[in-house]
Amino acid sequence: MMERGASRLLEAVASATASALREAETTLPADVLGAIEGALERERNPIARTQIENILENVRYAGEHALPICQDTGVPVVYLTLPPTVPFTPDLREAVAEGVRRATAAVPLRPNVVDPLTRQNTGDNTGGGMPAVHVTPGDDLTITVLPKGAGAENCSRIAMLLPSQVGSVARFAAETVLLAGGKPCPPVVLGIGIGSTFDGAAARAKEALLLPIDTMTPYEQEICDAVNTLCIGPMGLGGDVTALAVKVRQGHCHTASLPVAVNVQCWAHRRATRRVEV
Amino acid sequence: MIHLTTPLGDEVLELRAGDAVTLSGTVYTARDEAHLRMMEDGIPFDPQGAAVYHCGPVIKGERVVAAGPTTSARMNDLSGFLLDAGVRALIGKGGMGPAVREGLGGRGVYLAFTGGCAALAAARMRLVGVYYEDLGMAEAVWQIELDRLPLIVGIDASGGDLFADVGQKAKIHFEQRFNK
Repeated sequence: MMERGASRLLEAVASATASALREAETTLPADVLGAIEGALERERNPIARTQIENILENVRYAGEHALPICQDTGVPVVYLTLPPTVPFTPDLREAVAEGVRRATAAVPLRPNVVDPLTRQNTGDNTGGGMPAVHVTPGDDLTITVLPKGAGAENCSRIAMLLPSQVGSVARFAAETVLLAGGKPCPPVVLGIGIGSTFDGAAARAKEALLLPIDTMTPYEQEICDAVNTLCIGPMGLGGDVTALAVKVRQGHCHTASLPVAVNVQCWAHRRATRRVEV
Repeated sequence: MIHLTTPLGDEVLELRAGDAVTLSGTVYTARDEAHLRMMEDGIPFDPQGAAVYHCGPVIKGERVVAAGPTTSARMNDLSGFLLDAGVRALIGKGGMGPAVREGLGGRGVYLAFTGGCAALAAARMRLVGVYYEDLGMAEAVWQIELDRLPLIVGIDASGGDLFADVGQKAKIHFEQRFNK
């Protein structure tokens, strides 16, 4: 009886993971679509406007035909919350991987996951630590997928700033976008992790990308405005809108440290969540 | 709007950075691995007047499902042999380096397609054939027929480079904001 319940739960997790990936890959969340529509309203550069119009037409077409928005369907990054009754077991992790394999075949997704040195492709977007699964305790079992493309991920940076450089976070973020130019498919979203440890800052930067982008704190807005003064514009072709939004997640750090990580995300800021009954 | 059709000829020399164009005809996708293979084994298609698209598409059966551009800068050091062989257009996103700008001089153009617009691109494509399928879906060379893909001239044959201009201005804006 116990076993049947467990296998039912694992099947539900695999199915919900696949379903969340399908939604994430073929539609944009309402807050992201709203931010892109807002970008078209305020963009004045005519070339930039053609790029935003292409983006909006692309999103419409992908949604109507259930096609991936972008051919870089990313690597699967998955955030789980687990209630006290559901332990994080190897089987549960495998169920998430099974969901990734199903979505890869069914949507379909491009197989992007390779061995870092031999570059051998695993063929199904799993293996060698993929999907990346992050677990936190919660009231419900929820599965959030954040497929992450390489163009933007490759432009991400981390710095171990000095405590005296606490005013330099916006500078580091803007410098990251400056170095990236058109490569990460702007207009970008920046997830910024401030504090914690070297690894903790990077983890928080990615977690910041899970936050809704239709609101920003005054601090986030200030960084976003600084980035937009660069006028790199959509696709690096010039324009008013270089960043759609900046989101910050912070954690306490050593008194002698100030880790700052900037996780760059493309305009195709894809994410979706499923809740699974336990 | 200027309409281009492959094989491309001297008409590309008239284009200027910032021009909006459409491209019809044949393109060949190629990313890092395909460039390395072509440098080793030779170009498997006729390069005269050809257009090479920096793209790793999603293909299902005989259909192009999603085919937006990949980051062209990864091919900065891998593109000279294509231009020497007669390729007239490189298509991708994000721009390319000074060596490619020089290589395009008097010969060809770099055309930018909107990054991430994979479904829109696929709607204007028909799959014709494939080379190097053993490299995997993303890295194989797919021969694709295009129907009026909307593009922006990023780098022209006279040294005009929209990406470099924007980058230089961005650097000035950055200095003004943070290094005053």
